[in-house]
Amino acid sequence: MQLTIPQLEQKANDIRIDIIKMLEKAGSGHVAGPLDLTDIFTALYFHILKHDPKNPDWNDRDILILSNGHTVPVRYVTMAHAGYFPKEELATLRQLGTRLQGHPERLRLPGMETTSGPLGSGVSQSAGMAKALQINGDDHRWVYCITSDGEMDEGNYWEGVMFAAKYKLHNLIVIVDRNNIQIDGNTENIMPLENLRDKWEAFGWHVQEIDGHNMESIIDATSMARAIVERPSVIIAHTIPGKGVPFMEYDYHFHGMMHNSQEAKDALKKLRSLGGKVSGDHD
Amino acid sequence: MDMHLVGNIGADDIAQESNRKGFGRGLLAAGKQNDQVVALCADLTESTQMTAFAEAFPERYIDVGVAEQNLVTVGSGMAAMGKIPFVSSYAAFCPGRDWEQIRTTICLNDRPVKIVGSHAGVSVGPDGATHQMLEDIALMRVLPNMIVVAPGDSVEAEKATQAIATNGKPSYIRLSRADSPVFTTKDTPFELGKAYVLKEGADVAIMATGTMTYQALVAAQLLEKQGVHAEVVHVPTIKPLDHDTILASAHKCGRVVTAEEAQAAAGFGSAVTELLAENLPMPVMRIGMPDRFGESGKPDELLEFFGLNGKHIAEKTTEWVGRMPQYHR
Repeated sequence: MQLTIPQLEQKANDIRIDIIKMLEKAGSGHVAGPLDLTDIFTALYFHILKHDPKNPDWNDRDILILSNGHTVPVRYVTMAHAGYFPKEELATLRQLGTRLQGHPERLRLPGMETTSGPLGSGVSQSAGMAKALQINGDDHRWVYCITSDGEMDEGNYWEGVMFAAKYKLHNLIVIVDRNNIQIDGNTENIMPLENLRDKWEAFGWHVQEIDGHNMESIIDATSMARAIVERPSVIIAHTIPGKGVPFMEYDYHFHGMMHNSQEAKDALKKLRSLGGKVSGDHD
Repeated sequence: MDMHLVGNIGADDIAQESNRKGFGRGLLAAGKQNDQVVALCADLTESTQMTAFAEAFPERYIDVGVAEQNLVTVGSGMAAMGKIPFVSSYAAFCPGRDWEQIRTTICLNDRPVKIVGSHAGVSVGPDGATHQMLEDIALMRVLPNMIVVAPGDSVEAEKATQAIATNGKPSYIRLSRADSPVFTTKDTPFELGKAYVLKEGADVAIMATGTMTYQALVAAQLLEKQGVHAEVVHVPTIKPLDHDTILASAHKCGRVVTAEEAQAAAGFGSAVTELLAENLPMPVMRIGMPDRFGESGKPDELLEFFGLNGKHIAEKTTEWVGRMPQYHR
């Protein structure tokens, strides 16, 4: 399915509403990252990825790896909207017996692709997948890997980056959620990453920088990345943590959970007033 | 059961070969049998015996450089696409350095990656303590979904390698650097998950894993001379443990000595102790490294120094059975 830009924007807003509701019901989980990744996830599942919600193991599908596993709420909600499982199941996040574990587990829910949560291992796993696809001579499947910026503190991350460059894994596309926050504060105060673009270029990757909230830019950047054949590609997506909920935006204190249900109510009010809509399409 | 062991156990002229060479042959054979087998190494191709595979199948061989966390996570990714990856380094680095990635991307993910921990034990020799991995049995057996194998010699290592290539599960195989006596033959049975009684006796059961089984056989010969009839049980698969064989032998002998070239704590001997304590409580003496690190030296010198050879096993067992009664239900 390929939605148009206005449809994607509306869908993203619906997904943000469901993220807030899901987290409030669960009572724990991360909020800023999922909100700022919503536009990217919407564009992936509703326009960019070759996939089949009714056949999560389809052997011709594109692979999407979520390296920063704590942001899985946005993946669960997007997958539900895309038809992987019923939206009612979103209410089971983090509960005993749920398929929607606190951090994504491959064996719990079809479509997860891998288990993550400990940070820094997504690029290397994705590179392994891309390398295997190359060995198989498969030129038409892509491996997309979403990572946070904070997890670039991990050494394993850069081992994967070097490996992908060595093997010219052009079928690997990394999307960095450059929201400038990590748990203890802003990335540039905790462990500075800039000049980030230069780092990636020095490691031999093709680099694009985009507005991570602009649907057209997201789609165009992935198109461009697929056309780069001599090196792997990274898309540094500049995002606003907590995007969509003004009192959360830019504030690293919302990396984790909302503080109380009043915040959830206020968040929903703000989201529902976006785009002139008074309620989401699922009410 | 006739174990078809070699005829000159205990002799000075017994053939010697490092069991990692058997792994190298087994890997090549596995690669010929199944073109989905791939091999990855962290800058240690020759010493982990992957050279033959690399030369035969260059497009299926990957060197990640000195990056063990990448080694296992790339392996996990390749397994996700249907490959059967053998990933190797020295045990001190893999699983030493990348244990979390093994836990998350291989065990929790249930991906059939074969982890090869070479250069385990003190017999690594002159490189010293940093490279003499003694904690790998403990680290790996405690991971859910992981199979743990320590072959007794190079002939068995070749069989074990081919067995884990087809078992569809995350697996760990522990190998040594130094030459060690080859005491099994191609006709010696080997099956994952099975332990084997190599010598029968009823006074004490000596259960050993990996290259220590040969030392247990030597110890048993020495003990015979003193009228102590030891049963020797070879336990190459540490996880899952062969409950039936171990319990039967323990029941017969009433006291058990275990031997491993690893920390005595939390390893093979502890696994046996756990089993016995729940089913057939009896005294167990665990022979292994006594909660200390190794050091530089020659392999045989180090085994002697740390009491990890047949002579010392016999001495400790003689002293122990002299004061520890046999327990029976």
